[in-house]
Amino acid sequence: MKFEYPAGDNPIDRLEVVGRPSDRLDGPLKVAGQARYAYEQHEVAPNQLYGVAVGAAVGYGRILDIDTRQASSAPGVEAVITGRSAGQLDIGDFYVASALAVDQVEHYHQAVAVVVAGSLEQAREGAARVRVRYDRQPGAFVLKDAVFAAEAPETSPDIDIGDFARGFADSPVRVDEIYETPDQSHAMMEPHATVATWSGNRLILWTSIQIVSWGLRDLAKIFAIPQEDIRIVSPYIGGGFGGKATVLSDAVLAAVAARHCGRPVKLALERHLQVNNTTHRPATRQRVRLGADRDGRLQAIGHETWSGNLPGGAAERSTIPTTSLYAGAHRMMRTRVGRLDLPEGNAMRAPGEAPGLMALEIAMDELAERLELDPVELRLRNDTPVDPTSGKRFGTRRFAECLRTGAERFGWHKRGTRPGLVVDGDDFVGLGVAAAIRGNNVTNSAARVRLRRDGSLLVETDMTDIGTGSYTIIGQTAAEMLGLGLDRVEVRLGDSSFPRASGSLGQRGANSSTSGTYAACQMLREKLCAAAGADPARADFADGQLIDRGRRVALRDLAADGEIVAEDGIEFDPARGGLAHQTFGAHFCEARVDRITGEVRVTRMLAVCAAGRILNPKTARSQVIGAMTMGLGAALMESLAVDPRLGLFVNHDLASYEVPVHADILEQEVIFLDHLDEHSSPMKAQGVSELGISGVAAAVANAIYNACGARVRSYPVTIEKILPHLPLA
Amino acid sequence: MQQFTYERATSPSDALHKIAAAKGGRFIAGGTNLLDLMKLRIETPGHLVDINGIGLDAIESTADGGLRIGALVRNADLAAHPWIRRDYPVLSLALLSGASGQLRNRATTGGNLLQRTRCPYFYDANQPCNKRLPGSGCGAVGGYSRQLAVIGGSAQCIATHPSDMAVALRALDAQIETMRPDGTTRRVAIDEFYLAPGRTPQQETVLEEGELIAWVVLGAPPGGRHVYRKLRDRASYAFALVSVAAIIEDSGRLRVALGGVAHKPWASQAPFEAGDTPAAIAGRLLQGAEPSPGNAFKIELVERTLRSILAR
Repeated sequence: MKFEYPAGDNPIDRLEVVGRPSDRLDGPLKVAGQARYAYEQHEVAPNQLYGVAVGAAVGYGRILDIDTRQASSAPGVEAVITGRSAGQLDIGDFYVASALAVDQVEHYHQAVAVVVAGSLEQAREGAARVRVRYDRQPGAFVLKDAVFAAEAPETSPDIDIGDFARGFADSPVRVDEIYETPDQSHAMMEPHATVATWSGNRLILWTSIQIVSWGLRDLAKIFAIPQEDIRIVSPYIGGGFGGKATVLSDAVLAAVAARHCGRPVKLALERHLQVNNTTHRPATRQRVRLGADRDGRLQAIGHETWSGNLPGGAAERSTIPTTSLYAGAHRMMRTRVGRLDLPEGNAMRAPGEAPGLMALEIAMDELAERLELDPVELRLRNDTPVDPTSGKRFGTRRFAECLRTGAERFGWHKRGTRPGLVVDGDDFVGLGVAAAIRGNNVTNSAARVRLRRDGSLLVETDMTDIGTGSYTIIGQTAAEMLGLGLDRVEVRLGDSSFPRASGSLGQRGANSSTSGTYAACQMLREKLCAAAGADPARADFADGQLIDRGRRVALRDLAADGEIVAEDGIEFDPARGGLAHQTFGAHFCEARVDRITGEVRVTRMLAVCAAGRILNPKTARSQVIGAMTMGLGAALMESLAVDPRLGLFVNHDLASYEVPVHADILEQEVIFLDHLDEHSSPMKAQGVSELGISGVAAAVANAIYNACGARVRSYPVTIEKILPHLPLA
Repeated sequence: MQQFTYERATSPSDALHKIAAAKGGRFIAGGTNLLDLMKLRIETPGHLVDINGIGLDAIESTADGGLRIGALVRNADLAAHPWIRRDYPVLSLALLSGASGQLRNRATTGGNLLQRTRCPYFYDANQPCNKRLPGSGCGAVGGYSRQLAVIGGSAQCIATHPSDMAVALRALDAQIETMRPDGTTRRVAIDEFYLAPGRTPQQETVLEEGELIAWVVLGAPPGGRHVYRKLRDRASYAFALVSVAAIIEDSGRLRVALGGVAHKPWASQAPFEAGDTPAAIAGRLLQGAEPSPGNAFKIELVERTLRSILAR
C-alpha cells in the first residue's frame, strides 16, 4: 500500500484501542521471567557449546603470535579459533570494525580469538589460557589532536546559507564558545548475546538485534552467503539504544564457532567487553556561534562539530538539529571526522540531535543572558514555520506550544533572572529549559495478519521490541483495524521469516511498523469483505464482526473453513509530500546545587512533546521518561574515560561507568500535545522516543547555571567543574 | 574462573584449622566482592573455606560499656540494629550509604573491611597493577585517577579503599579482634589494620596467612552529633569521591575520618577542638597530600564538606 497524503479518515481514528494506555502485552512474560532472551534460548538448538571471546589487550597494534596450545588442552575445550583459522570474514554495511582481528588490532578488546567449550566455565578458563603477543603501536586516542586532520564526510555536506561570517560580525550580540561532549556507552541491561547454528549452508541465529533485516544483510556480506540462507530470531531485546542496530561480534563469533564445531554455539559478550568491544556514542568538540540583533532575533548561526572514529567510521552529526531548529538568515554548518583508534563510535539514542543540542541549547541560554531576555522568549522569537535550511514547510511544528505549555506547567515564572537569586536552605535552586527536535523519519514496513478459525488475529512482522512497546502498539493497531479486543490479537515479532519492517532505530519504529500493520489489516479487511460479499468502502469492523448496511457477520464464521491471511506493507514516498518532517518538544528542569559542596540534585523534570498521535500514552510515556533519565545521565555523570597512553575506555563496567539510579530521579512529568500528522503516515503518528532525550542534558546544565552560576561547557557537569564557580564562604 | 575446591567450616576453630591445611586458601563469607574478582581472575584462590556457618554473627555488649560486632554480622543487620542506631549512628549512616539493599543483606562486617580497591586498572587484567601483579607497574599513576588517592599513596599505588563502614569505624576508633591458626588472638586498632601501599601495595592489611577477623570492638558510646556525608556522582550505588564521618561531641570536640582519599580511612590521631575551622581541620588532615590533576578537587571538597557539616 502506498501512503497517500493527507491521510484522511481511516479506521484508526475511532481510537477504540489505539491511543489508550494499554499495558504491555509482553509485560507478564517479562516480570515472570518467561520472555526468553537470546542467551536463554536453551532448547531451540540442542547440544549447545559455549563460546567466550578473548578481547585484545592493547589499544592498537599487531598480533605477533597467538599461542592456543594451553587453551586447547584445557578441560572441555572444543576449539580455539583465531582470525587466521576462522576463514574469510568481511565487515557489514553499518559497522566498520572487524568482529575478529586477524593481524591488526583495530581497537581495545576487539576479539582476537574465540574459545568454545562444553560449559561456560570451561570456555572462560580456556579463554584465560590463550597467550597473545602483541607489538603495541602508537595509535590516535585523543580527539583534540585528531581534529587537526579531520575530514568532511560525504554524508554531511557543508551548509552555507547567506553570508555567515558577515552576519555574525554584524550582529550586535554574539556567543562564540566551544562545547565538549564525552564518549558515552549504551550500557544496556542485556549484553550482546547469540545462539548460532548451521544446518548445511543455512545459518540460524537467536540474537539480540534492533533491525533484523540489517542483520541478514550484514551476515550475508560477512560470511559471503546468500541472505536467503540466513534466519534471525530476536523476539525480546533487553535494551539496545543503537548499540545493537545490526549484528556485532557476538553474532559473528558464535556463527564462526558453530561452523567450526558443527554444533550450536552460545556466546554472550562479558560485561567488561561491552564498552570497548562494541560501539559507543563518540565524543564531540563543537563550536557554536550565535549572532542576534538586540531583540533576540538570530541573524547568524554557526555550528561546527568534530568527532573521531576508526577509518571509514561515521561522523557524529551534531549539527543536524541546528539545520532546522531556529530561524536565521546566515547559516554555516560543518561536520568533521578525524581518525581515532578507539573503539568504533556509532549510533546511540538520538545520534546527532542528542550531542548537538547539548551544545546548541547551552549556547542559546548564554545568548539569552547576554540579551537579558528570558530563555523561553528567546526561543519563541526564533520560531520558524519553514525549515530554514531546506526551505520546506514543516509538516507539523508545535514548538512554540511546547515551550508555552511547559513554561506554564513548570512554574517558569519562579525562575530567578540571575544565578544565585533563589536559595532554599542549603541549596541554590535553578530552572533550565532546552528545545527538543528530532527527525520524524519513516521506513517502509510490512506485516502479515492471519484471521484464525477461532476469530482471533495473529500479526507477524520482523519488527523488534527493544523494550519500547512494539508488541503492544502493533497489537492495538490490528485490534482497531479489525474491530477486535486487544485480548483477541497475538503479535509475533523479530523473526526474519516474517515480513520485513523498519526495525527499531531512529525513533521510526513505532510509526513505521504500525503503518505496515495497518496496510496488512486493510488488505485483510478487503479479503473479508470479499468473502462476506460486503462493500469494503462501506463495511465496518466492530465487536468481532463485519458490519455492512446492518448485516453483521462474525469474523469467526468467515474463517471457519480455514484461516484467512493477508500480507502487505506501507510504502512511503521518499519526497514525503515536499515537507520537512521533525518532532518538537521542550524540556524543563529544576536543579538544586548545594551552596557549599556543589552537590547537584535534579528535583523536577518536565518534557512537553509534540509528536503526532500518541499510539499508547503509557508506553510512550515510558519511552520519554527513560530518555529523560538517560539525558540526566549525560548531563551529570556518563562519560567513558579515555586513557590516552593505553588507548582504551578505562571505566568499562557498570560500577565505574555510572548511569542514573532510582535515587537520582525525583519527579518526572511528560505532556503530549496529542495531535494528528496527516502527512506522516496512516497512523498520523510520529516518533517520540528519541525526542525524549534530545535537549535534556542542556536543560539540566542550564538549570545548574541558573542555580549557582556555574557555566560548564564540558559534559558531564560533575562536582569538580562546579566547585570553582561557588563562593568560597 | 579458575577451578577451586570448597568446604564449609562449622566453628571459628574449624575454619582456622581448614584454612591452615590448605595453602593459598581464602575465607569466603558474603562473597559480594571475592566472587566478582574470581570471575575476572583477579583473585584466584585454589581453595575456599566458607565461614557463614561458624557463628560470630551477633552483636554483644562489652564490660566497658561498648559493643563487639561479630565478623559475620551482615551489613544490613548492623545498620538496622537498635543499639547501633541509638549509640553509634555514624556507623549506621555509613553502612546505608554504601552498596545496595541486596548487597548489604549479604555482605559481612569482616568482609566489608577486606574489600579490595575499585581502581579500574586493578580491575582490568590487561593493565599494569602492582596490587594485582606485583612489579607490573601502576596504570593509575599518570592515568585516570579521578576516584583515587590524594594522600598516603606511593609511586607504586594510589588505590583507595572503597568501604564506607570502615570510615565510620575509624571515626569511632574501633578495634579489630582476630584469631590466628595457632589459637592466639589479638586486637588491632583500625588505623593500624591497613598498611600503606609503599613498595608492596599487594599487602593491604596486617592480617597474617590464615588469620581470621572475629570481632569489631567499639568503645563506650561517644555521644554527640553523628554525621556521615558521602559525595558522589549519583545519589546511590556509587563509591565515594570523598566521604566524611564526623562525631561532634557535646564539648565541641570533633572526631573525623575521611573516605575516598587514601588506601584506608584517613584521620588524624588527635581529635579536633571546638574552635578549629574547616580549613584548619582539612589542612591538618590532608597535610602532605599529593593529588594528581585528575583528583586535586578532592582537597577542596573535603574542606567544603567539613564546612557544610560544621555549619549546622
